[in-house]
Amino acid sequence: MNISLSINGTTHDLDVDPRTTLLDALRHHLDLTGSKKGCDHGQCGACTVMVNGRRINSCLALAVMHEGDDITTIEGLGSPEAMSPMQEAFVGHDGFQCGYCTPGQIVSATAMLSELKEGWPSHVSDDLVSAPKMSRDEIAERMSGNLCRCSAYPGIVAAIQDTADKETT
Amino acid sequence: MTRHLRMDEPQARLLDETGQGVLSTPLPRPEGPLKVTGRARYAAEVTMPDMAVGVLVRATIPAGRVTGMNTSEVMAMPGVLGVWHGGKMLRNPAQGTANAAPVQPGDKVAYYGQPIAVVVAETFEDARAAGQALKIAYAPSNAEPDPDTAATVETAEGLDQGDLEAAMDSAAYSIDAAYTTPGHSSAPMEPHAALAAWEGDNLVVHGSYQMLKYNVNELADSLGIPPENVRIHAPYVGGGFGSKLGIAPEAVAASIASKELGRPVRVAMARQDVFEMTMRRSETRQRVRLAAGVDGVLTGLGHEDRVSNLPGESFAEPTVQATHFLYGGENRRYVQEIARVNRTCAGSVRAPGEAVGMLALENAMDELAEAMHVDPVDLRLRNIPDTHPESGVPYSARSLAECLRDGAERFGWSERGLPGERREGEWLIGMGVASAARANFIMESEARVTLNPDGTALVETDMTDIGTGSYAILGQIAAEMLGLPMDKVKVDLGDSAMPPASGSGGSFGAASAGSSVYLAAQEIRAEIARKLDCADDDLTLRDGNAVADNRKTALTELIDAPMVGHGHLEPGKTAESHSQAGYGAHFSEVAVNEVTGEVRVRRMLSAFAVGRVLNQRTATSQGHGGMIWGIGTALTEELQHDPRDGRIVNRDLAEYHVPVNLDVPDLDVMLIEERDDESSPIQAKGIGELGLSGVGAAITNAIYNACGVRVRDYPATPDKILAAL
Amino acid sequence: MKPFDYLRASAPDDATRADATIIAGGTNLLDLMKLQVMSPDRLVDITRLDLDHIEDHEGGLRIGALVTNSDLAADDRIRRDYPVLSRALLAGASGQLRNKATTGGNLLQRTRCPYFTDTAQPCNKREPGSGCAAIGGQTRLHAILGASEHCIATHPSDMAVAMQALGAEIEIQETTGATRRVSIREFYRLPGDTPHIETVLAPGELITAVILPAPPKGRQVYRKVRDRASYAFALVSVAAIVDVQDGRIAAATLAFGGLAHKPWHDPAVDRALEGAEPTPELFDAAADVLLADAVGQGSNDFKIVLARRTMKAVLAEATGLKEAA
Repeated sequence: MNISLSINGTTHDLDVDPRTTLLDALRHHLDLTGSKKGCDHGQCGACTVMVNGRRINSCLALAVMHEGDDITTIEGLGSPEAMSPMQEAFVGHDGFQCGYCTPGQIVSATAMLSELKEGWPSHVSDDLVSAPKMSRDEIAERMSGNLCRCSAYPGIVAAIQDTADKETT
Repeated sequence: MTRHLRMDEPQARLLDETGQGVLSTPLPRPEGPLKVTGRARYAAEVTMPDMAVGVLVRATIPAGRVTGMNTSEVMAMPGVLGVWHGGKMLRNPAQGTANAAPVQPGDKVAYYGQPIAVVVAETFEDARAAGQALKIAYAPSNAEPDPDTAATVETAEGLDQGDLEAAMDSAAYSIDAAYTTPGHSSAPMEPHAALAAWEGDNLVVHGSYQMLKYNVNELADSLGIPPENVRIHAPYVGGGFGSKLGIAPEAVAASIASKELGRPVRVAMARQDVFEMTMRRSETRQRVRLAAGVDGVLTGLGHEDRVSNLPGESFAEPTVQATHFLYGGENRRYVQEIARVNRTCAGSVRAPGEAVGMLALENAMDELAEAMHVDPVDLRLRNIPDTHPESGVPYSARSLAECLRDGAERFGWSERGLPGERREGEWLIGMGVASAARANFIMESEARVTLNPDGTALVETDMTDIGTGSYAILGQIAAEMLGLPMDKVKVDLGDSAMPPASGSGGSFGAASAGSSVYLAAQEIRAEIARKLDCADDDLTLRDGNAVADNRKTALTELIDAPMVGHGHLEPGKTAESHSQAGYGAHFSEVAVNEVTGEVRVRRMLSAFAVGRVLNQRTATSQGHGGMIWGIGTALTEELQHDPRDGRIVNRDLAEYHVPVNLDVPDLDVMLIEERDDESSPIQAKGIGELGLSGVGAAITNAIYNACGVRVRDYPATPDKILAAL
Repeated sequence: MKPFDYLRASAPDDATRADATIIAGGTNLLDLMKLQVMSPDRLVDITRLDLDHIEDHEGGLRIGALVTNSDLAADDRIRRDYPVLSRALLAGASGQLRNKATTGGNLLQRTRCPYFTDTAQPCNKREPGSGCAAIGGQTRLHAILGASEHCIATHPSDMAVAMQALGAEIEIQETTGATRRVSIREFYRLPGDTPHIETVLAPGELITAVILPAPPKGRQVYRKVRDRASYAFALVSVAAIVDVQDGRIAAATLAFGGLAHKPWHDPAVDRALEGAEPTPELFDAAADVLLADAVGQGSNDFKIVLARRTMKAVLAEATGLKEAA
């Protein structure tokens, strides 16, 4: 099928099998390999991208279903020469080791801060009705859909906290 | 110019004299910007023109023979290019440092999940559909899925020193307890993958492997070609934890298909394949006996275990590795049984031996302390032996006592109460401690360092960085030795055409590969000294300048052609003359829910002594990693095998529970200042596995302290706590 | 994954008349298609339909089938008036999955039974008549209530457990274009000898909305017990809505996850509580009712104990007994 996808502000026309996931379209068709395949079943978060500003598992999305959507991948957040504040914070806090889950962590964290700003509650929010307060546990719960087997979680939490603090000041 | 060193005796501590000041500091990883922006390219992300894609197809019986498959039907499917099976295909990955092909089983099936065939097609979608359509016919044979009831059990007599039975009989206090640990999966986030391409008789593989010099030989031997015809690239490896030590089925499958098709072929494992086809840590059944006098000093120690593996595999989980040297006691006995089973191959998973053996040993020590009404920290301090309790050799640097004392102090260990004493609502709070110990050794390793006339340096070795920090620390060692700022040093890794390093495994990578870089740089320093006509010892290199006899010369002025140093390290006599290990102490505070049996780790502190720390930041992260693996080991991780066919039932990341972010509390890592002169010329030891050694026991000991429940059957899931509450 | 034709629906009729499998969030369907546990020939994509609103309706709320789990959990009215639902949603899956998963799709999630997802294993749910490999296998996650010799699978949803307690109704568009409403309590089926038929939905029918009744009186509690702190399916979960008046339980509705082939609701449990003074003894008696016919498979026997303990703790919280104590 011929489809066009809007990725990181650029429209790409491509011919995909209907079975092609958004993740495989990015990795195999567009050579945007920053989004990682860790499980292909929505169980690890390494493939996280933003669709219309919201984080999703791109492995559990068909490319053909995302025509017209605004897709942002890790490549759209920054480059080695011009990293986003979240990317810089991950480097600064050693929020990664092998680096394979890292793009997914960073896209997820970036979108997660927006969710927090919008006042979405989480499983660990004590009070459902008022806006949740930023805390270590709020970050950890909201990031629990991104596995890191190297177990860089302390650095990941610190990097996100740091980025959030800088955004608010 | 090669500087070759066999580690026969301690070396001068040159790195304490150099002046650049970059070593040991918490510098960020140089490859970080590539990783955080998604630009670091892993094996499955390399593409080649005309590349085809393959998938592996597994066995769905535990034992027997393949009698046929519907190949022609599958070949007729859209995009399908070929189906290969038998022949050179691998049964399982090579064990670490095997250096030769693993079993090539032909038509034999030894476990459910074994790779049987590779199906190659034009696209991933076509290959996956074709793989699922491949129906394999079998002639099943009798299987042994259960290590407890396996017909074939080999016994390895470990050691029988003194008379343990008599020591137990006459002990003032004794413990005789049984523990079980389940199988574990490495579960690196990057599934195993290989892209194979042939140019004539030469094979190039982009793969995800930990030890390239061995992997080249393993791949060549598997394919029946000379090793010099094989080149492997692995500049970024998305985690290994032992599962990528040896060449694995996807590399051989891709190479076979690529050769036949005359096209590059990529084969990446599905996550389910990673669980079924790569190494598992064996389950263990352990019995620990401790005999102690009234003073709490051990007089006897027994540690017996049963592990399992496939028939013919030499690897057996070295459960009692740390038990040999950690505590004293003159009467000692070890016996290991190895059950031959039809289950996924067992091999090295992070901290093989200590990761599970120390759970039992450190739980038993806690039980002994409890029986004696002695503080468990104190009990451990009383049992630190003067010399190795079996061989009698001295220890190299061993800061176990400092780790226990300083860790206890900083953690607030003195606040620990009795079981059931501390409560917050439904939660019962407790603290636990365990020693950490991990045998240390170095491996032969080579590196090349080039100092260029423009004042930059290049480090080249086939060493891998699997997340451990090789890029950082090898650059830091070169920068420190050559007196260069970090941004002047480039590190190239993960290409088997470069000098062969130790590879990443067994926590030996940093000290081994690091020492080879150190030796190479030493050679360059010697050449600079010759140019300046000074003794090596009188040379100071700092900020791109050489200083000798109060003369300062910029390296850019001094050098007109690249200076190349080659470093070559080999282990030597110090490996035998001293007992070497990294040591530490783990402290944890947990909360146990008295309603549901759920356990949450609330905080942890681990103190580690690993000789010279090469980078505070990456060392700390390695510590974190080990501690969090310890949370998984203690609370959540378990390979569940079907009792009828031995297959791994929970073969995905939804049901094999690695810890998630919310499982992990604030972690405190203390790095104790130490130099280990016998370990390596840079006085460094490994840390990657030490962090995991013993830590799970600190958690289960804390569970006991919280609620009075001893979990001796890992992991401590809610059902097991509930059963005893 | 087998090839399929892909269609995009621009009206509900397109979906119901397409003779196709409906895909919305796809978080469960694609997962199963990749394993060839499900292999539809045609997929009809309903994500462009206008079914993603939460509207005031008959004193309660009408939740469009395409409202994502995230939007539902974060909705002010849900958080204020139906906290049990918000809590259940937030206890399920991950942020990424909740952003994609829809209300209708969540109701139709299929079991996590590992014998269902391994196509080499017999499974009556996947392949009717082939047998049940779970019986005699690893059964830690399996059912203790309402199972049959043909299937011991559990339903994985958290959201549906809360909706079960709330007595939600499911609005269904039939293939004729007509609409009917079915109580969630009538929606799910026990496995019996047809475990492959999980709901009363007929082929081609489309869930268009879930209707919540007016906000119930009393306290609402959702509690989930799982093997890790987050991102894991329930061992046991309990949703409770309990109204205490003058020291007695005026109304109680309890629903349970992780115990059965469907989100479990037993009116006898509610009746055992209603009219009585909340005491630990009463809670035990109600648990006796719940678990009277509970049968374990060995490795899931603990659920019988865990369900009782969790239920009692939830009741203590919902009735205020916990604070009193």
